[in-house]
Amino acid sequence: MEIEKVDYSLQEIDLEEGRQIEELIARSQQPIKDPDDWLDSDIRQNIVMSSMAKVINWGRHYSTWPFGCGLACCAMEMVATASSRFDVTRFGMDVFRASPRQADLFIVSGTLTWKMAPAVKRLYDQMAEPKWVIAMGACAISGGTFAHSYSVVPGVNRIIPVDVYVPGCPPRPEALIYGVMMLHKKIDKRRFRQQD
Amino acid sequence: MTKPLIGQEVAKQIGEQVPQSVVESNESWILVKPESVLQVAQFLKNTPGLDFDYLTCLTGTDYLDYLEVVYILTSMKHNHSVVLKSRCNRENPEVPSVVSLWRGADYQEREVYDLLGIRFVGHPNLKRLFLWEGFQGHPLRRDYL
Repeated sequence: MEIEKVDYSLQEIDLEEGRQIEELIARSQQPIKDPDDWLDSDIRQNIVMSSMAKVINWGRHYSTWPFGCGLACCAMEMVATASSRFDVTRFGMDVFRASPRQADLFIVSGTLTWKMAPAVKRLYDQMAEPKWVIAMGACAISGGTFAHSYSVVPGVNRIIPVDVYVPGCPPRPEALIYGVMMLHKKIDKRRFRQQD
Repeated sequence: MTKPLIGQEVAKQIGEQVPQSVVESNESWILVKPESVLQVAQFLKNTPGLDFDYLTCLTGTDYLDYLEVVYILTSMKHNHSVVLKSRCNRENPEVPSVVSLWRGADYQEREVYDLLGIRFVGHPNLKRLFLWEGFQGHPLRRDYL
């Protein structure tokens, strides 16, 4: 194979190199400005184009701090859900609070009696908006076995509004976790300006 | 294991100290008149050899013809137990309170009063325990709808 014949000499290559260096020197008489002007421009750098509702709901649904209202045996499953084996922390469903003032999610787990009902209503009223309610177990949903009893509330939705119903007697911890996931979906659908 | 005392033997001792109080007795329990419950209970608690210092359980039952109060007594000292019963009529059920002997009877008598309507005479605070004030009737009675 015949070697292609080049039509420039080494002298010409050196001249081209020298010309490029001269040009670079000519362009580089002033130092380049340090890239720190963004430090002063908060607004320009921090705008994310999205819908307000989407962002707020995203924040809310990962910070539903539950208030465990353990009224009966369902409370054991709720405690198990929060404990190491099932560990709701994995899904951003903690932190269980002992005070309704610090909680967003009211988990009614167990049989609600009429004598207890005013206390539960008061605890719900003490929670700050926005707040959600999960009725856990057959008793909380409808009174369960005791629906026609003289002392049991036939469903906590007689007392407080319920967002998610988790059936079972008692529901397994997986069921409660699934219920909270359903609540996350529900929170995502909220309109920002919606008042309830 | 707690040893259950023979009812007839204890009833014999009761009969000597509190005459005309025992209605019936068998190997399981002793049935006494309601008006002498407090005296019998005092005897059972304070007699050396019996020393029933602990009230295990106090409960009531509705047998349609009458209401029955059951006391299960245990002696921590001798590790033996006995069952005491008393029957009262449905129309005006009254039994003396034993709170003065066993403080543990307080809530249990209130429960029986709440659910069966048996009045414990001498109870320091006889009001409903599980249900609220103003509740109509006593739900563990058989004729409660």
